[in-house]
Amino acid sequence: MAEKLLEVKNLCVSFKTRKGVVRAVNNLSFSINHGEVLGIVGESGSGKSVSMSAVMGLIKDENAEITGEVFFNGEDLLKKSDEELRAIRGKDIAMVFQDPMTALTPVYTIGWHIREQLQLHSDISDKDAKARAIELLEEVGIPDPEKRVDQYPHEFSGGMRQRAIIAMALSLNPKLLIADEPTTALDVTIQAQILDLLERLRKTYNSSIIIITHDMGVVSELSSEVLVMYAGRMVERSTKSSLFANPQHPYTKGLMNSVPRVDRARTSRLETISGQPASLLNLPSGCAFRNRCPSAHAACTEQPTFISDSNGYGAACFLLTEGVRS
Amino acid sequence: MSQEILRVNNVSRIYETSGGSFGRKNKVSALDGVSFNLVHGETLGIVGESGCGKSTLGRIISRLDTPTSGEIIYKGNDIAKKSLSAMRPLRKEIQFIFQDPYASLNPRRQIGAIIEEPMRIHGMGKDERRARAHELLEKVGLDKNSYEKYPHEFSGGQRQRVVIARALTLKPELIIADEPVSALDVSIQAQVLNLFKELQDEMKLTYIFVAHDLGVVRHISDRIAVMYLGKIVELGSVEEIYNNPQHPYTKALLSANPRIDQSAKSTRQILTGDIPSPLNRPSGCSFHTRCPIAVPECSTREPELRRIGAVDVACNLVV
Ligand SMILES: Nc1ncnc2c1ncn2[C@@H]1O[C@H](COP(=O)(O)OP(=O)(O)OP(=O)(O)O)[C@@H](O)[C@H]1O
Ligand SMILES: Nc1ncnc2c1ncn2[C@@H]1O[C@H](COP(=O)(O)OP(=O)(O)O)[C@@H](O)[C@H]1O
Ligand code: SF4
Ligand code: SF4
Ligand SMILES: [Mg+2]
Ligand SMILES: [Mg+2]
Repeated sequence: MAEKLLEVKNLCVSFKTRKGVVRAVNNLSFSINHGEVLGIVGESGSGKSVSMSAVMGLIKDENAEITGEVFFNGEDLLKKSDEELRAIRGKDIAMVFQDPMTALTPVYTIGWHIREQLQLHSDISDKDAKARAIELLEEVGIPDPEKRVDQYPHEFSGGMRQRAIIAMALSLNPKLLIADEPTTALDVTIQAQILDLLERLRKTYNSSIIIITHDMGVVSELSSEVLVMYAGRMVERSTKSSLFANPQHPYTKGLMNSVPRVDRARTSRLETISGQPASLLNLPSGCAFRNRCPSAHAACTEQPTFISDSNGYGAACFLLTEGVRS
Repeated sequence: MSQEILRVNNVSRIYETSGGSFGRKNKVSALDGVSFNLVHGETLGIVGESGCGKSTLGRIISRLDTPTSGEIIYKGNDIAKKSLSAMRPLRKEIQFIFQDPYASLNPRRQIGAIIEEPMRIHGMGKDERRARAHELLEKVGLDKNSYEKYPHEFSGGQRQRVVIARALTLKPELIIADEPVSALDVSIQAQVLNLFKELQDEMKLTYIFVAHDLGVVRHISDRIAVMYLGKIVELGSVEEIYNNPQHPYTKALLSANPRIDQSAKSTRQILTGDIPSPLNRPSGCSFHTRCPIAVPECSTREPELRRIGAVDVACNLVV
């Protein structure tokens, strides 16, 4: 009974800028089921954050154009009013960002933040809300929650702030948690605590999680499914195990090989992807990876289509259709 | 015969900050009795969590900061207390590379001028400077016409190449790189790491390489120093540290590192608690508040860094 919780169809996001139109997200289609964890990877600027902000209805830029469909529980979020979206955000879909400070107002206590979140979506007294806030802080592993609930964000360490935000995000048992680089600003030992927490929550509430990260290790720890983006497009979609065992797209292969891995023999040189990260204002025609791809050939001046199986797993590269193996 | 280039002896750095009660100053012990040596041509990697003193150590060795106590013996001379002017000739030899390739380049100056700046300060002639700048651009893999460009025209990886080129202008011997690849995408990070290695082989450079990514540090280093709250808690060869860690903190750090290969997942150990503040350093072994094997004695007895087997370890229980 793999019921789809979120289904994104042909999502496009472009921004009009003085230097031209930036197509930040191009024809993105994917879905996620209940209880699944989807990792989104790709270099910076590849459209990870913009696509998720679009899903959440958080792009407020006047110069932005968003097209496509985003079905959540069968309803198209892109057709909803701001007010309707506000009701869904926080309650059904929650978001955790990279920098915990941006999500917290310094002049209010941690307890106030959680209470606000609760009272925005439900009829709950101040007293009950505070009790629930303490419960939530305890659940995310904050010591002395009765004391901590009355403290201000600056009195928390980075890891504790991130946990407090996760507590806020979880306050209403969301069906979907979107976490945009939630551990990038944290130290590894604290990162391990947060990843462990996310994993426990998924198990407890059967929530789905979309985690955006550039860290292949984090993807591997947490997710069951992976989506790889390059220059605004999905270039590969697969299960975690097949992605690591048998990456299809040349960019994915390059990405995996350039990570210095603790679990592999040391080499004197790392494999690299040649060239520079893609600039959306200056992409090559056809396959955007063409100017860096070791397998680029004549056909690549056209845009490769995304070839997928019935599960939506596949890649966008001519090598797949031509049956050529690089 | 390997030749010692640097010996750091019992170096401490205490910062005084405002904010103590009754107008008293708070004392932050950012470095506490750090000692190690460095052999010509090797790379010492420094790992540890945020605030443990990695950058402070780097700044002190390159004398961008002065230690509160201790010695820094560079090629036989103690430079710990040398004045700015007395340090000047040594600035050529010891270079510091900052973490952020965006912040460390002046946006209003062309790349050529940026690279030539240290040579200008050291009184090199214009033609010589220009020739050397072009040579260095090529060496770090940048196009010749980069000379006339401005920093904003470059990507992060390219800017870090410019920063490296600038550090190489005066033919340094010791380069202290503070998280030089942390801000870069993995594919670009790999290019820059390869560049560091190529330059080392070619120019016989000695590196102190600070990073928090355990894969990166392992890749680049010959030896590793693991720091916790201003102290080195374990020091040894890459092989020993990664294959046979001794200190409980080193073990926890390695185990917390998210692994691509999930087959070993069951052995994962998660430390509880937060990283303590150096403002309020726990007594005894400062790791005792999080250490999974701590015994009561650990909160009073401070372990010393001593040689045990093939590594140096600071733990009361490792014998
Ligand atoms: N100028 C200063 N005045 C007061 N405290 C300082 C100063 N510089 C550093 N510190 C403190 O010294 C400690 C060590 O700082 P340092 O910058 O060396 O950490 P680090 O290991 O490089 O951390 P990160 O991984 O976050 O870069 C920290 O507690 C820091 O707040
Ligand atoms: N408001 C905006 N106006 C113009 N361009 C934007 C805007 N927001 C994002 N972009 C561009 O969209 C692209 C994708 O950005 P983003 O999704 O943030 O990347 P990432 O994958 O690093 O999260 C980038 O090239 C970025 O510069
Ligand atoms: S389509 Fe061509 S250029 Fe693009 S990834 Fe495939 S082989 Fe490389
Ligand atoms: S001295 Fe004690 S607390 Fe410190 S690392 Fe060793 S066992 Fe743990
Ligand atoms: Mg982003
Ligand atoms: Mg630092």
